Amino acid sequence: MMSQWKDIDLIANEVNSGKTTALSLVEKSLATIEDKSDYDAIISVIKDRAIERAKSIDARIVKGEKVGRLAGVPFIAKDNMLTFGSATTAASNILKGFVAPYQATVIERLEAEGAICVAKANLDAFAHGSSTENSDFMVTKNPHNKKLVPGGSSGGSAAAVILDMAPFALGTDTGGSIRLPASFCGAVGFKPTYGLVSRNGVIAMASSTDVIGPITKNVRDTAIVMEVIAGQDTLDSTTIKLDSYDFIPDKYSLKGKTIGVVKEFEGSDISKPVQTKFGQTIETLKSLGANVIEVSFPLIEYSLACYYIIAPAEISSNLSRYDGTRYGFSDSKATTLEESYNKTRSLGFGREAKRRIMLGTYVLSSGYYDAYYNQAQKLRTKLIEEYNQAFKKCDFIITPTAPDVAFAIGENVDDSMKMYLTDVLTVGASLVGIPAISIPANVGNSLPIGIQIMADQKHDADLINFANALEGSI
Amino acid sequence: MTKLTKDDIFKLAKLSNILVTESDVKSLVGEIEVILNYVSQLQALNLANTEPTYQVTGLSNVMRPDEEIDYRISTEDLMKNVPDVENNYIKVKRVL
Repeated sequence: MMSQWKDIDLIANEVNSGKTTALSLVEKSLATIEDKSDYDAIISVIKDRAIERAKSIDARIVKGEKVGRLAGVPFIAKDNMLTFGSATTAASNILKGFVAPYQATVIERLEAEGAICVAKANLDAFAHGSSTENSDFMVTKNPHNKKLVPGGSSGGSAAAVILDMAPFALGTDTGGSIRLPASFCGAVGFKPTYGLVSRNGVIAMASSTDVIGPITKNVRDTAIVMEVIAGQDTLDSTTIKLDSYDFIPDKYSLKGKTIGVVKEFEGSDISKPVQTKFGQTIETLKSLGANVIEVSFPLIEYSLACYYIIAPAEISSNLSRYDGTRYGFSDSKATTLEESYNKTRSLGFGREAKRRIMLGTYVLSSGYYDAYYNQAQKLRTKLIEEYNQAFKKCDFIITPTAPDVAFAIGENVDDSMKMYLTDVLTVGASLVGIPAISIPANVGNSLPIGIQIMADQKHDADLINFANALEGSI
Repeated sequence: MTKLTKDDIFKLAKLSNILVTESDVKSLVGEIEVILNYVSQLQALNLANTEPTYQVTGLSNVMRPDEEIDYRISTEDLMKNVPDVENNYIKVKRVL
């Protein structure tokens, strides 16, 4: 399928040189969003502000100004990022109608380079989920087959990119929420090193693993977006400093690179088509001169359990701020403060959010804290050691992104454990804070399959180079 | 095997400031139990001599100069989101 969007840097060049206008790009984007609204990828459209911004960019270019490296490029943000021009809801009833009083740092950085946010994408409410079915508003459909889920939680963002609504979208990834929908929809999804991108103005889920990253059609576009959004921010004290923020892929040879395949994932519950595609990818890597070795992670089978202790714990803490007092939905019939909290949260949160809050409360409560929460954080130390050992032997680790292709809408909604197992291959990188990218394989066949590549912390540029070199060969 | 009772769920709901009905509790017992039993597998691991990791990039106590940052947020915009306002104050329900 040919995209109506050129590569991001080409679009910006055409706008900067006056060959095309920001307004025509925004109009094209808005028309596609309207045209494909039946996929329910978009919660709200930022029409007036986007058109206004486009006109002002065009006016500046007429005056001979250079606008920036993303001049006039439309993009779509996941609706857990604070933006001007429409509501920010996190796809939760408790934030329905919330109008952000400021914009997230990522949005500000993109706008400073001339990019234009045109819409807010659907997600599992508060990013809790792997299918976008947990949205309190609607279920996004997979662009390849409307009966299937797009993956989650950034399902609206990934679907929007493949539906060609904009050249790129932003997602957030806490345990796989960028990579999984990228895999199910056939997009490139990048989860950077923890702390590489400021989270100021992004609605928190699990703060020790939450990251923001791009979802794009190709790896080069991911690199361009990363160069704009990465960097330290005084408003997010968890941001880290890199020696270089140069992510644009250069000439890169796979020859001599050592790639680790996780021994413990062999024979695990991975579907036949995914296994076959993964096997072919390994052969491709070998034929391109890479050295493929087996690496062992004896404790990796515990990653998912570790994640589903730490994530709910942090969720229960982060979601305690929704009390109906300062913003968001509030139950006006309550007479006491306690009653107001209880009613607001009971009516405002969806089922999955409540489940996770209660689970998190359990693992943090006195008497269970050591057995669950602290035990999981200790295991995290061990997992970090295992990844460190692995990266002494190899440059990159490769796995499928998900155990299977996209599943049917409704298939897993009554079985949360089965839904959680979708994340089994992605949570590891989140727990240890390393960068991971999902690139599409099986392109042109019935359903996309994602291949996940991971690198050591702060090796984001190497990872992007590697993925760029492999992309197109699988 | 972790076994949860209805009372456990009511207690959790209370600690979480969430109201649950009898019928919610019925399904929540099973749903939360299944996840707890899955994550309980970590208890079989001997990690007595391992230090926990709460922060993965090694940052701690990140300080900035104690100077005002202009966050460019107007009080008016902030107050627009407040459900109940009186004389530009946030109104809360009575505590007792």
